Amino acid sequence: MADYETHEHDVLVIGAGGAGLRAAIEASAAGVSVGLVCKSLLGKAHTVMAEGGIAAALANVDDRDNWKVHFADTMRGGQYVNQWRMAELHAKEAPDRVRELEAWGAVFDRTKDGRILQRNFGGHKYPRLAHVGDRTGLEMIRTLQDHGVHQGIDVYMEHTILSLLKDDNRVVGAFGYERERGRFKIFRAKAIVLATGGIGRAYKITSNSWEYTGDGHSLAYEAGAELIDMEFVQFHPTGMVWPPSVMGILVTEGVRGEGGILTNKEGRRFMFDEIPENYKTQTADDEEEGWRYCQGDKNARRPPELLTRDHVSRCIVREIKEGRGSPHGGVYLDIAWIKQKLPNAAEYIKKKLPSMYHQFKQLADIDITEQPMEVGPTTHYIMGGIHVDPDTQMSRVPGLFAAGECAAGINGANRLGGNSLSDLLVFGKRAGEFAAKFARGNSLGRVENEKIDNAARAAVEPFERSKGENPYEVQRDLQETMQDLVGIVRNKDEMRHALDTIENLKTRAVKVAVTGNREYNPGWHTALDLKNLLTVSEAITRAALERKESRGAQFREDYPDKNDALGKVNTIMRKGADGSMEVRLEPLPEMPDYLKRIIEENK
Amino acid sequence: MSAQKQATFKIWRGDARGGEFRDYTTGVSEGMVVLDAVSQIQATDANDLACRWNCKAGKCGSCSAEVNGMPRLMCMTRLSELPLEKPVTVEPMKAFPVLKDLVTDVSWNFRVKKKIKKFKPRPPDAPDGTWRMQQEDIDRVQEFRKCIECFLCQDVCHVLRDHGMYQKFIGPRFLIHVAALEMHPLDTEDRIEELRNAQGIGYCNITKCCTKVCPESIEITDNGIIPLKERVVDEFYDPFGWLWRWIKKKLNR
Repeated sequence: MADYETHEHDVLVIGAGGAGLRAAIEASAAGVSVGLVCKSLLGKAHTVMAEGGIAAALANVDDRDNWKVHFADTMRGGQYVNQWRMAELHAKEAPDRVRELEAWGAVFDRTKDGRILQRNFGGHKYPRLAHVGDRTGLEMIRTLQDHGVHQGIDVYMEHTILSLLKDDNRVVGAFGYERERGRFKIFRAKAIVLATGGIGRAYKITSNSWEYTGDGHSLAYEAGAELIDMEFVQFHPTGMVWPPSVMGILVTEGVRGEGGILTNKEGRRFMFDEIPENYKTQTADDEEEGWRYCQGDKNARRPPELLTRDHVSRCIVREIKEGRGSPHGGVYLDIAWIKQKLPNAAEYIKKKLPSMYHQFKQLADIDITEQPMEVGPTTHYIMGGIHVDPDTQMSRVPGLFAAGECAAGINGANRLGGNSLSDLLVFGKRAGEFAAKFARGNSLGRVENEKIDNAARAAVEPFERSKGENPYEVQRDLQETMQDLVGIVRNKDEMRHALDTIENLKTRAVKVAVTGNREYNPGWHTALDLKNLLTVSEAITRAALERKESRGAQFREDYPDKNDALGKVNTIMRKGADGSMEVRLEPLPEMPDYLKRIIEENK
Repeated sequence: MSAQKQATFKIWRGDARGGEFRDYTTGVSEGMVVLDAVSQIQATDANDLACRWNCKAGKCGSCSAEVNGMPRLMCMTRLSELPLEKPVTVEPMKAFPVLKDLVTDVSWNFRVKKKIKKFKPRPPDAPDGTWRMQQEDIDRVQEFRKCIECFLCQDVCHVLRDHGMYQKFIGPRFLIHVAALEMHPLDTEDRIEELRNAQGIGYCNITKCCTKVCPESIEITDNGIIPLKERVVDEFYDPFGWLWRWIKKKLNR
């Protein structure tokens, strides 16, 4: 075998956003040695982009809130295909995870009596999101990072993992490269936590950065783990649409939480036009009641702008398709209107939404305290991911754990805003805890040299092809295919067509060529990420074909209604013995009576 | 369709051994930022052009570079604010060693941070383990915590950039980090001694270059460094203050 630099740890965490950092901290606190691999520099992962807040039933602003209401809200938002146990653990443990951040130095905005302030968000019955203006993710990742670096965690910045290594059926290591010199490395570990985030780069219009190529999903799938709920991709309703270069960049739901309204080109507040049945009792009757809700009136119900993201996105698409969109193909999001209601509205907006103010001012020449923003849906998040045990976060592969966006189950068919940051903390901690426990009970395994050599050989092949396609072109064609054929509105014919295109792209992806050398070469990195992108794209498409109904984030124009039978199953996929992707429908785990009662009581 | 507007970018290509500016011409569309141009060039003419970026919205602080000689985030620098009749120069930050093209070795920053004493809160205020803080008492700390660690302030600081005092001075970014900890209402740690010695706050002579380039508009000098300098002075050079603290320490014992 060629001579590769080798690192050994009890627990290796792959991914250094909120979930990865929290897992690393927990494992390290349990006394085992921890390695933390991040694709970029430490502190730059996508968690940093999260704006609105962390959902946790602290009940600091509305004392009627508790874990039961949060649980019921999460299940309703997910259209009841969530893994109930994850939703339960999440709702129960999120408050402790938020308070713990404060003990580690996070500085949240305050209530008048000096406690952590909470704001309204879509699908949450009470003001529940602990926040710092509209930069909550930055506060969270920096707090975890600063706490983590003092714990003796070994951080490998700008490293990418190419494959997981197994000894018999157990995962025992990972093989990858460091970006700076392009050298290969072996990481041997007794347990591995995947915390690689999402898949947004499979789509053309996305709020995600170059990193989000479904690495963890694909690594786990190749290692024999199962993927669940892959059809459910969240299109956030409000991404920037103009100018073209900023298309897809996120506009926080916090704008609507602070009173922002959606209007079409006729000035009509179209969100009042269609309220889903299961939210009718919770939604304001008129604009006046909606405003009172945003101002903290406990007797008012939330405005329709704060319905769940799947629904809001579809309403926006409907307005645009029916010719009532804004000039650049979006709709209007207006927060400036609140000056009719508040004397110091401009200052209030700048204080509550500072980065939105700067983002529009600097990138679009729009002053959001004066003018409405133009927004449209953007690929934001995947509810689906690695199928894990709800309590331990271990996948079906012994020693392989997953947490955060790349794991799945808590969100069902649609994620509520704010539930992601809390998910990262709750399940990051659990993954770290149980990975450490697993590591204590197991020794380092044997790694197969031949497999490593093969992976290394395959990785450098793009350099050896004198003539081959540009990897960026293959990536772009995939992004367009997914955007056009497996987007917000789906049907069988288009998705069949997408599968054919993906097959074709697979053959193109193994023939790409890159120029230059292995040192910090983005062309090469793009070529290597293609395989993961293609795997997750195929998984999303196959799962979406299998779910012949519309539920949550999945809207099928050929099956526009919910199907009760499909509301009782999850789609699960794994790599078959012949290498093909196998899909099956599996009944949801049976929910215990006490949780059923909580859902009934909160209907 | 009319021909798309074009602009030329002089991008520094090379590594630790040396390099040169190379010209690339690419199409310009409305609202484009420098990072868009670099990404476009990367996707078409120069697949191996090294450049860091993540969020593309001024929130992660990855794409720091020098555009027409000014330290900037490439993602927040619009082409419409640059004179496009001349080539736009894009080069790596100068205060850090070049790895390749626009990517520099910023690892020194991570090593410095690790040496700063961590947050140490007072015991919780309430029986449920939580604390109480008023918003007005945390406004200043929240300003400092807006920092996205782009290291542009480090890049422009002459103590580092021109004098290379990496062993004796931690730079504006980490003075602000210390300020955020020191002014945190719950923190009980004392970092003043290190500020004076190991962290070299005395080397800063308040030219405010750091404040000028901060993409988060943090008042680094006025709100952070100067108050810290005052604390150092109080601790070490004010005899009455010194005596008072000595007595307090004795009494608390």
